[in-house]
Amino acid sequence: MRHFPRHFPRHVSTTNVMKKIVFATMVATVCAGSARAASEADYLAAAAAAESANKEAGRLRNQWTVTQAALNAAKKAAESGNFDSAVKSAQEAEALAKASIVQATSEMQRWKDLEIR
Amino acid sequence: MSALRALLVAATALGLGATAMAEDKPNPPADAKAFQDYFVKKFPKVAFDDFVNGPYSMNADMRRQWEEKEQFPPYEFALEAGKEMFAKPFKNGKTYADCFPNGGIGIRQNYPYFDDKEGKVVTLELALNRCREANGEQPYSYVKDEMASLTAYMAYTSRGKRFDIRIPDDPRALEAYEKGKEYFYTRRGQLNFSCASCHVQSPGERIRAEILAPALGILNAMPIYRSEWSGMGTISRRIVTCNSQTRAVPLEPQSDEYRNLEYYLSYVSNGLPVSGPGARP
Repeated sequence: MRHFPRHFPRHVSTTNVMKKIVFATMVATVCAGSARAASEADYLAAAAAAESANKEAGRLRNQWTVTQAALNAAKKAAESGNFDSAVKSAQEAEALAKASIVQATSEMQRWKDLEIR
Repeated sequence: MSALRALLVAATALGLGATAMAEDKPNPPADAKAFQDYFVKKFPKVAFDDFVNGPYSMNADMRRQWEEKEQFPPYEFALEAGKEMFAKPFKNGKTYADCFPNGGIGIRQNYPYFDDKEGKVVTLELALNRCREANGEQPYSYVKDEMASLTAYMAYTSRGKRFDIRIPDDPRALEAYEKGKEYFYTRRGQLNFSCASCHVQSPGERIRAEILAPALGILNAMPIYRSEWSGMGTISRRIVTCNSQTRAVPLEPQSDEYRNLEYYLSYVSNGLPVSGPGARP
């Protein structure tokens, strides 16, 4: 009698796993192909998140010029009706703002490493 | 035995804690000595007083060009304008001389100072605008020509006088100094640069076409005519521009942070002569 690992019967499971991967890939491909275009509401939500993060960076006195540039690009794209691009730029702005917050908070201690003593 | 070990561990911890506290205790004179020693050791061929000449102190070619330019210095027009502006009475008949000790002549080396009434640092640019406002005049922009001209004239009357920035026995003054130091060493902007990244770690090195000036004595030459700007620039303009270049949103000129930064950076350059107004590429 042949013995197989209890939870991973090789000859059966390999086929099943392959089927699942193929199926998942097909689903992902179909979904990606039919992804809906971003709406104005998507842009407004992304811009609000970016503005909120940038406001926090401002409270820490550490905003970056590139954050505002990305927000401006998002607004411009939204005004021209290109909400895909607007959302992308707003998300970039949010990521930049969050990075500036991380910088400000980590530098509260790290600046001492540079000090001439 | 274990009690003895615990006692030893506690004593060691207390000792380390005390050492750490001593290291963290603000000590401006020790800071200034360490700061100046760093540059003197890094550039053993540069005479101490020559640090006020920024990149010209560390590049022979640039120095020759600068010495030739000094025959007809590009800041001369600003200097003349500043002299006239300084003497011209306000509408109420008073002048800038009425606002400053010694009539405003030969006093640049004492700015910025800590004002115990306000509890904050007062820079020369701020004092000039406060003088204007106290006499019913509109303040000047901190980053434009009028302010640069006025400070150019006041610096010129103080040339050769050594920086003598005081930190009075006031915890608020020490706090302002410490905050200025923190600002100087704090990385900011998308490029993740601090003031020290350029002016402590890399003076004498090129950043694109420019040779970076050492932080030591960097304010002694202010205000400056910059070829890059095709005009004069104040200390405020210099700091704001530095921030922008790192892709950080600059703070408002004469914000507390910038005033504290100027206080720190001037203090650690104590003993160096005023050389402003200066000229830079």
